[in-house]
Amino acid sequence: MTADEAVSRLESGMTVGIGGWGSRRKPMALVRALLRSDVRDLTVVSCGGPDVGLLAAAGRIRKLVAAFTTLDSIPLEPHFRAARQRGELELMELDEAMILWGLTAAAHRLPFLPVRAGLGSDLMTAGGLRTVTSPYEDGEEFAAVPALTLDVALVHLNRADARGNAQYLGPDPYFDDLFCEAAREAYVSCERVVATAEFAPAGGPQTLLVRRHCVSGVVEAHGGAHFTSCVPDYGRDEAFQAAYAEAAADPAAWREFTGRFLSGDEGAYRAAVADFTGEAA
Amino acid sequence: MSGAGRAEVCVVACAEAWRGDGEILASPMGLVPTAGARLAKLTFSPELLLTDGEATLVADVPALGAPARVAEGWLPFRRHLALAAGGKRHVMMGASQLDRHGNQNISRIGGPERPARQLLGVRGATVNTLNHPTSYWIPRHTPRVLVERVDMVCGVGYDRAAAAGPSATRFHGIRCVVTDLAVLDFERPDRTMRVRSLHPGVTAEEVRAATGFPLDVPADVPRTRMPTAGELRLIREVIDPDGLRAREVRA
Repeated sequence: MTADEAVSRLESGMTVGIGGWGSRRKPMALVRALLRSDVRDLTVVSCGGPDVGLLAAAGRIRKLVAAFTTLDSIPLEPHFRAARQRGELELMELDEAMILWGLTAAAHRLPFLPVRAGLGSDLMTAGGLRTVTSPYEDGEEFAAVPALTLDVALVHLNRADARGNAQYLGPDPYFDDLFCEAAREAYVSCERVVATAEFAPAGGPQTLLVRRHCVSGVVEAHGGAHFTSCVPDYGRDEAFQAAYAEAAADPAAWREFTGRFLSGDEGAYRAAVADFTGEAA
Repeated sequence: MSGAGRAEVCVVACAEAWRGDGEILASPMGLVPTAGARLAKLTFSPELLLTDGEATLVADVPALGAPARVAEGWLPFRRHLALAAGGKRHVMMGASQLDRHGNQNISRIGGPERPARQLLGVRGATVNTLNHPTSYWIPRHTPRVLVERVDMVCGVGYDRAAAAGPSATRFHGIRCVVTDLAVLDFERPDRTMRVRSLHPGVTAEEVRAATGFPLDVPADVPRTRMPTAGELRLIREVIDPDGLRAREVRA
């Protein structure tokens, strides 16, 4: 299916998990399709990067569940910052470990999982988190991280077959399999749709991260993580990300950036990026 | 070789944080702590584990900014979190704010609904501070960073851990705070911050004036030790030949 078809399955008000990590292997083509849709009022769960920034800039996020939002090589995500400082974005802040265990709880159909992380910090009260006491002799008390059950997960991987099996070829799986397992429906975009028999020559079975039984649709999106990294297919487009961050700092510049890069379909985006790269060369 | 500059004193002070840690993961955040961890591994703490900052444990010790060549293990983010919870780690984090009890903030300045300045977010500050030794690196020691009270408790300090109970204190421990002026720690009965050593050329008055709460500077406070000739050579020729450390520390 196309990115627009995948996004047409989403509804306003949904809880959407977005895979990747910071400015790494984000499903940006799916996010751009979301920007073209009229879906809004979302609760977004993300190891946040420019996915959060773009959706926040477009006013699509009601509530964000995250441990951070960063562009990695640029520490602070400018649109996320601006939305927070204008009071537009409700934030449920959790530790990275709580995101991991919240998604795991949802994948295992458990209401919570206990973690030591969070105790004594301001995450407990701000997030409305409760504690749970061990029934064993130790009697220890832990933070009970609620299941982060998702309506939809959006992830981007290097390769997938038409049935939804998907393979990562970079150094880190991030939490993409957990996002898919925590969701009622998951949509996987990939650099290339391949025949199932092509997986094994590309990497061992442990690279087959996402399994077809939890995937509802596959989108072939060459450059679909741009401008975040998608190694080994490509690294982060630092020049483009710098231009994005610079434009975000000024409303007029952001209107111009939106007009140039985000007003057409994915083909128009790629053509505009090619022009940008040619100019920079 | 000429005398050491302030940045080099700071690199050695950061390295000292990992002395005696044995076979654990050293997780430095920032250039000077990264140089310090590498110096520790090349000298007095050879068993330390280091990563490339991504998903690989590296066996060699490259220069800052240069790629590592020898992978000795795989540590993607999810395994990194398991390692943290397992306790075999000593992190040196940054801090936008840090108070006298060691509570740290990297998330926001101002309130939760509409912060005056939204920063990075809590990241792994709570899993770190509650599970394994934590130190802090403050490249610019000012009253805006060393504050009476942090706007949000991300990294958990001694008072908050004690109030949260035995599960919070069981593995909690803040080893030291290295700034551009001094090394500080919490080695007092009430677990509040004190000066362990002043960097060469820094006065007690200077540090007090740069701190947003009353700070204990013992009358007989020692000087932070100078780098040895061997350490200076490693810093200047092997670990940081491009002088990146100067980006973090004022001359």
